[in-house]
Formats: sequence, structure tokens, C-alpha cells
Amino acid sequence: MDLRLKIWRQKDASSQGSFETYPMEDVSPEMSFLEMLDALNKKLVEQGKEPVAFDHDCREGICGSCGMYINGHPHGPVPAVTTCLLSMRYFRDGETIWIEPWRARAFPVIRDLIVDRSAFDKIQTAGGFISVNTGGAPEANSIPVPKKDSDNAFDASICIGCGACVAACKNSSAMLFVSAKISQFALLPQGRIEAKERVRAMVEKMDELGFGSCSNTGACEAECPKQIRLTNIARLNREYYKAF
Amino acid sequence: MNKILFSSISKKFVMALAGLFLVLFLPVHLTINFMLLKSDPGPFNNAARFMATFPVIRIFEIVLISALLIHITWGITLQIGNWLARPVGYAGGSKSETAFFSKFMIWTGASVLIFLVLHFINFYFIRLGLVKGNPEDFYSVAHQLFKIPSYAIIYLACFALLGLHLYHALSSAFQTLGLNHRIWTPVVKVFAWIYAVAIPLGFAIILITIWKFR
Repeated sequence: MDLRLKIWRQKDASSQGSFETYPMEDVSPEMSFLEMLDALNKKLVEQGKEPVAFDHDCREGICGSCGMYINGHPHGPVPAVTTCLLSMRYFRDGETIWIEPWRARAFPVIRDLIVDRSAFDKIQTAGGFISVNTGGAPEANSIPVPKKDSDNAFDASICIGCGACVAACKNSSAMLFVSAKISQFALLPQGRIEAKERVRAMVEKMDELGFGSCSNTGACEAECPKQIRLTNIARLNREYYKAF
Repeated sequence: MNKILFSSISKKFVMALAGLFLVLFLPVHLTINFMLLKSDPGPFNNAARFMATFPVIRIFEIVLISALLIHITWGITLQIGNWLARPVGYAGGSKSETAFFSKFMIWTGASVLIFLVLHFINFYFIRLGLVKGNPEDFYSVAHQLFKIPSYAIIYLACFALLGLHLYHALSSAFQTLGLNHRIWTPVVKVFAWIYAVAIPLGFAIILITIWKFR
């Protein structure tokens, strides 16, 4: 199929960016979105032009590196997939595709479609850990954990920190990300010990880095490739009130 | 401690509590307004006088006005922070599935505020002695205002926007307070929908009845 790509090009963090239009012919519907961009870059290199810079690593939906805003959606229009797993079969022949970087003050553009997501690392470093030596794997049943809690903690822990929640939110809020990181610890006995310090520190860092607040619009949940749920945000709020 | 009190989550918490208090006041006001439909001004004016003089109500009034000011102040503060959090928007627009009315809370809230300013000038400030008028006969003031077409249109439009504000606000407040539940959250959402329709409709019915039939 033939496509028309409108891609944000920006030389570096201090440069002004703009959209460039690239026609792409003979795109196979079997390709992934990143493979389609690889094909575009091959073409650009052959023409002596600068290829489009974009983040990518595992290309199997678990590392959270890839992430771009495609036709009004983080990771594209298909629910619960990352950009690397987005198939070109979901686009129509002749379609114009807008490809933009995440837009948030806390995620400044470094180059083209790559943004600096180290703000998430800073939030995580502020408290998203347990301060003990984990040592070897302990006996699984030495501390009983209700099945429901372990399931919910696991569901929260699969957040890959891609930033789609921030990109989707009209306020560029990081609440879904922080709530996932809080929940995965708050639900387990080992995480309860530092629960108060953790939630205070992570929320303080989140505010300091310039993310917006939560308006409960639900866009983050709708766009999260790992389907992290809004119930985690309610839990984050509860944990925060308990930390007073 | 300051960082905790003035964090984004704490501001939302205070906003939610203040908002819920304001929400509770609406049916009280609506009940009194229904007395405007009587041809005798006595019951309405007596109720207005009772609200203005009964000591317990006076305390509630201070809490209510404080809640209103806090709700507005934190609402604007958070909104400015939210605008600053995304200096550059998306050229391709946003097509994410969202709670539709949540996107316009600042604007629906602003329209309610505009109405409140009008309402305060016409009634509350008269009672406080800040604006000239007869605080003993709000019944006649209300009847006269409802018959001014431009006032009636602003009144109806603002109450429609209040409904949109209430619809998202009610369910959102519970989520902000951390009160989510597998069974009760959907019930709250249905209740929010009913409340957001019933309250503005009640106020509108009173105006339309007086406008058309009195």
C-alpha cells in the first residue's frame, strides 16, 4: 500500500522542529510500524538525507523504548500494543499518517521522535524500590499473600514506563505511571514497610518535574499498551492520604 | 509538610471535598426555589429569611463560601499547571477515548462562576448590604429577573453547563478521594448522571414555569 507520512523532524533539543512529508510506496501490510520506518530510513540514507531518529530496543513490546504519537494516539490506533507491535495492516492504502513525539514539558524532545524520558527514572529513583538486600529467592509461602493482591500487584508491575499515559493525558499527567509503581509495592507485605515514605517522595518528585495533575479523563487507561487500570490511581490517592 | 499540603494530589483532595459540599447544597437551594412557584410570596421570603438568620445555617454559609473559594482557587491553579505541562500540542489532534466532559471542566466551571457573580449581585450582596435592594422580598426580585429574556437565557445556559460540570465532577470526586469499588463506582456514575440532569432541570422548570405562566 501507498502512504503519506507527516513526521516531526527536529535536529536537537534547542532547534525548532517542523513536519516533513514523506511518501512511502509499496508498504507491506505484514510490516510492523517500526519496520516501515526502517524502510523509510533506508530510503533516506540512500538519498543522502538524515534518517528519522526514533527510540526502539526489544521490538517485542516489553522494553517500553519505542513510543510515538500516531494519528492522535500514543502507539497508534490499536489498543494494548506498543508501536513496535503495531502492524501496518491497520492502516488504509493512501492514508496520511501523522507521527509525532510525546508532548510534555517533562519529556523534552531530544531529536525527531525521541524524547527524554529520564523524568520517569527520577520518579522511580525517588522511592520506587525496597531498601533491603533481596538475596536469594525466599521460600514462596513464608509470607502468605492473598491471590487477589498478588494478581493486582502483578498487573501493576507490568508497566513498561513507555510514557504513553503522559502522552495521552491532556494534562501530561504521570499519575498512571506513578500509581502502577506505587501499587506493585503497596499491595505486597514487603512493600508496606516503606509505603508512606515511598508515596510521599514519588509524588513530590512527580510534581517537581512538571507533570500535570489528574483530571480523571481516563485517556491514560485507554491508551496504555499494558492496560494499567485507573483503579491504581485511586489506590495511589489512598496511599497518599494514609501517608499524612 | 507544606509540600504534602500543596501537592497536586492534596489540592485535588481538597477540591473534591469542597466540590461535594457544594453539590450537597444544590438540592437545598432547589427545594427553596420551588416555593417561587406559589402565588403567595410568603413561604419563599420566609425560607430566605430563615436561611439568612438561623445561626446553624450561618455557620454552614461560611463553610459553603469557603468551599466555593477553595474549589475555584485550586481549580484555576491546577488548570494553569496542566496547561504549562504541555507547552506544545499535537498537530494530529487527540483521539484517545476519554470521559468527554472532563476535558471542559475549567470552562463549564467558569460559566457557573459567571452565573454565581450575577446571582450574588442580584441576591446575596443585597443581603450583605453591598448592593442596594430589598432583602425582605427576594420572591419579587426572582420573578422580575426570570421575566427578562436575556437573563433567562443566561440562566438556562449556565444551568445546562452546570449539569455537564456535575456529571464528571461527581464520579471524579470519588476517584480523587480514593473511593473506587467494583460495585459502587458504576452506581456512583449512574447517580452522577441522574443528579446532573435532575438538578439543572429542576431549576430550569421553575424559571420556564414563571416565564411562561406567571
